[in-house]
Amino acid sequence: MLRNSLLILLILGLAAIMYNLYAEFTPKEKLGFVAEHYANNGKDEVGAANLVTAVVVTYRGLDTLGEVSILFLTAAIIGFFLKTKSSNNHALPKVKRYSEILGTGAKILVPIIVLLGTYVFINGHLTPGGGFQGGAIIASAFVLMLIALPRPAINHRVLSIIESLSGVSFVIIGLLGIVLAGGFLDNQIIGLGTFGTILSAGTVPIIYILVGLKVGTELTGIIRNLKEIQNEE
Amino acid sequence: MIWIIISVVLGVVMITMSVISIHHKKITIAILSAGGVSLIASILYLLMAAPDVALTEAAIGSGLTTFIFFYVLNKIKKQKHVKE
Amino acid sequence: MQNIGIEQISLAVGFILLLLGIWGMISQKNILKIIVSFTIFETGINVILVAIGYIRNKTAPILDSPELQTDTAEKIVDPLPQALVLTSIVIGLGVTALLLVYALKMYKQKKTLLINDYKDTKW
Repeated sequence: MLRNSLLILLILGLAAIMYNLYAEFTPKEKLGFVAEHYANNGKDEVGAANLVTAVVVTYRGLDTLGEVSILFLTAAIIGFFLKTKSSNNHALPKVKRYSEILGTGAKILVPIIVLLGTYVFINGHLTPGGGFQGGAIIASAFVLMLIALPRPAINHRVLSIIESLSGVSFVIIGLLGIVLAGGFLDNQIIGLGTFGTILSAGTVPIIYILVGLKVGTELTGIIRNLKEIQNEE
Repeated sequence: MIWIIISVVLGVVMITMSVISIHHKKITIAILSAGGVSLIASILYLLMAAPDVALTEAAIGSGLTTFIFFYVLNKIKKQKHVKE
Repeated sequence: MQNIGIEQISLAVGFILLLLGIWGMISQKNILKIIVSFTIFETGINVILVAIGYIRNKTAPILDSPELQTDTAEKIVDPLPQALVLTSIVIGLGVTALLLVYALKMYKQKKTLLINDYKDTKW
């Protein structure tokens, strides 16, 4: 009883703080100083039509590198936690409840979903979308494959090779920016191109493709690890 | 004006779904309504001129998170069966 | 009353979701329910962040038409909170997956999901 009343008191206190924050909130009339710089100079400095992409990949590129490393660390810890004892014993898991309709539908749908994901991350600098969204869409295509097919052909080795290569290339492109352009992750290593076409904005599309591949393979790896422990016992 | 009414309706639905997901006894319904909260939040982001965030929330917050929840729940249920 | 906009409604919804999430995290006994409350808490924070960056009658920060490309700062909403929320959602998935796998590990040890049964580290 004491515990419950303390909890209610805590929530009421938090609610009072939040109410004060809400009452003091005044809607913005114009952009702040930094955002105004990004909005006015983003077109000439980065050349990406999508300003959110310009902020994520170039102006705050270091944050994105940190984010990708956090995701990699999470995938590694999950793989470590779920390590099965019989991981070197490649006995085929028992197939049960395999639906023919679901399997055939998945075989048709998976390439289309992967195509959509690829479109989303290749056009990340022009339209809404980008590496994280495209990677998540690709991972959901692989989830469909893992659910619907009895023995999905997902090779763990290929996944980890793609993941490591894209991560390393991301860092190498960032370091090339120090040598050839203004600083780490500067996108003007190659020319900016015509504004609004697919080959524009310097290295932004390349970095977003790498991020998309890395996020897609990492999320697929997490789900594949979770799927593997479903089959044991 | 119409957008304000729509956002109020979406907000009320979101709050109701989050109350359901916190207080419902069945864990599957709780997980599904948490996914629904994410999905409606992505519509709210779209109304607030943030299509990038809306796309991310719909793909990650509402899709993959629910999937991972159900994988883990399925595994826990299987272990319960083994024990009995 | 007439200067209530989408951003204020979203801000209120975000604060209520945040409070509900905290309430769920500290009052529920089942570990999976605690993790569900955590995801709701996270959604609330993201809604608040996007609502702070919204400016009325302005469009999304995507310069796809020629009239948006001059005097851009007058015509778009703040792109900075949106970029931060993008990061926050992806990291949120990682944290949720980690919490769930840890809950699975705990269940394998003790065969229970109730937080009150874990008394090993109580002091």
